[in-house]
Amino acid sequence: MRVSGLHPLDIRAGVIKVGSVARFLVRVLGQCLPALSRPQLLVDQIYNAGARSLVIIMLCGLFVGMVLGLQGYQLLARFGSESALGVAAALGLIRELGPVLTALLFAGRAGTALASEIGLMGATDQLTAMEMMAVDPVRYVVAPRFIGGIVAMPLLAAIFNCIGIYGTQLVGVVLLRIPAGTFWSQTGSAVDLRDVREGVIKSLVFGVACSLIAVYEGYYAEPTAEGVGLATTRTVVTSAVLILILDYVLTAAFL
Amino acid sequence: MSNPAEASREPLIDVQDVHYSIGTHNVFSGVSVRVAPGSITAIMGPSGTGKTTLLRLIMGQIVPQSGRILAFGQDVATLDRERLYALRQRVGLLFQNGALLTGMSVFENVAFPVREHARLPEPVLRELVLMKLQAVGLRVAAELMPSELSGGMSRRVALARAIVMDPEVLLYDEPFVGLDPISKGVILRLIQSLNRTLHITSILVSHDVQEISAIADRTYLLSGGTVVAEGSPAQLKSADSAVVQQFMSGAPDGPVAFHYPAPDYYQQLLQR
Repeated sequence: MRVSGLHPLDIRAGVIKVGSVARFLVRVLGQCLPALSRPQLLVDQIYNAGARSLVIIMLCGLFVGMVLGLQGYQLLARFGSESALGVAAALGLIRELGPVLTALLFAGRAGTALASEIGLMGATDQLTAMEMMAVDPVRYVVAPRFIGGIVAMPLLAAIFNCIGIYGTQLVGVVLLRIPAGTFWSQTGSAVDLRDVREGVIKSLVFGVACSLIAVYEGYYAEPTAEGVGLATTRTVVTSAVLILILDYVLTAAFL
Repeated sequence: MSNPAEASREPLIDVQDVHYSIGTHNVFSGVSVRVAPGSITAIMGPSGTGKTTLLRLIMGQIVPQSGRILAFGQDVATLDRERLYALRQRVGLLFQNGALLTGMSVFENVAFPVREHARLPEPVLRELVLMKLQAVGLRVAAELMPSELSGGMSRRVALARAIVMDPEVLLYDEPFVGLDPISKGVILRLIQSLNRTLHITSILVSHDVQEISAIADRTYLLSGGTVVAEGSPAQLKSADSAVVQQFMSGAPDGPVAFHYPAPDYYQQLLQR
């Protein structure tokens, strides 16, 4: 049996794969401009990747925020600075947790959907049929989904952050009785535009990475049930690892 | 039916001594097929002789190791993507399973190539699509999704999609496989009427001897990587080659053996 996954120590195969993803990226980027001339396709894909991930993003955002509220309060109370809870949670969410957790959820929800959809289109000859009708599937199928993912990611991360801060507020202000005025004024004055910029850039980079991996794995999936399943799995695993590596690199770069 | 004048005309699709192999498996070793304009040409042969591969070679999806494939006088293998796509707009392909785009309705499927390649006002496009659907007898299905269609209906919709750009050549990949006798008859009639009324040159890949005999002007029988016989269906039926006779009569054993080549049975059983 052919092993489609990468052996962790198979460096040569790894390099080849990185090269093939890069080549695919160039091909997709080349078709992005023509794809922009089809706003309807883009809107559909932003809806698919973005709006359809909203519920899970909001739910997770709320609970992450609430956990931050509990843990942060416990920790800050030791130093008698509970009033800084809002600042701690907001900075943590905007710079780190928001983009990373959103990207992980995005890879699981939207990335797998993209990979399996494109993979199945390949397995049922739909991509070949497009080529035979002189329509480049990279332009019609891949590019709009790629752009849709990149547009949706930062928006989802922003929503995740807002709901997360609201969750912290629920625990901190409503449950643990930190004065609302202190909570909000400290948060507002401490969070800088640079923090927001860091978060936005991170979520954009994660958006590119997740979308690229998803469309690549889907496009090159073996045209069998097993192949599409493997492609979906690889999408989640590769995305998750890459997000965490990229997060370290970006955080280091921003310091 | 075929006449001498037609045979002497410049072929529209000209496959010249094509050799093609996948890995160590030799699919074609010197196949030549000439398709005259306006004719119905059938490519027949047992399963696994590379009939579909031949269509993929003609469409430029794969490239032969040697030999040439000329379509409208152009060597398909040497075309860049842009010119290959320009060529494909003149050639329609009907997939075995239809290959309809599952995300859109029947109407949108048929409209798809037009929307991609031409700028037509919506009312004109609607008329065009309904006309093509009417031609295959499925105007009623316009608003259905591909998942709601039967196998025969899918193929008819795919046929409507294949002719919506008014191609000069239509390639049919196993158009009769898996269809009930009535649907087979319908597809047969459609292929014939498209050829007669719109003068679409047709290449059929099939192993349905009866259906092919009814409509083909010229038939090529592929076996073992080469063309073992060619001619009108009548000529093929009266050919004295054993392979041809086995195929035309459907005998289970003969030159094409019932057993695929394998090591000695007795030896294999004794092996541990």
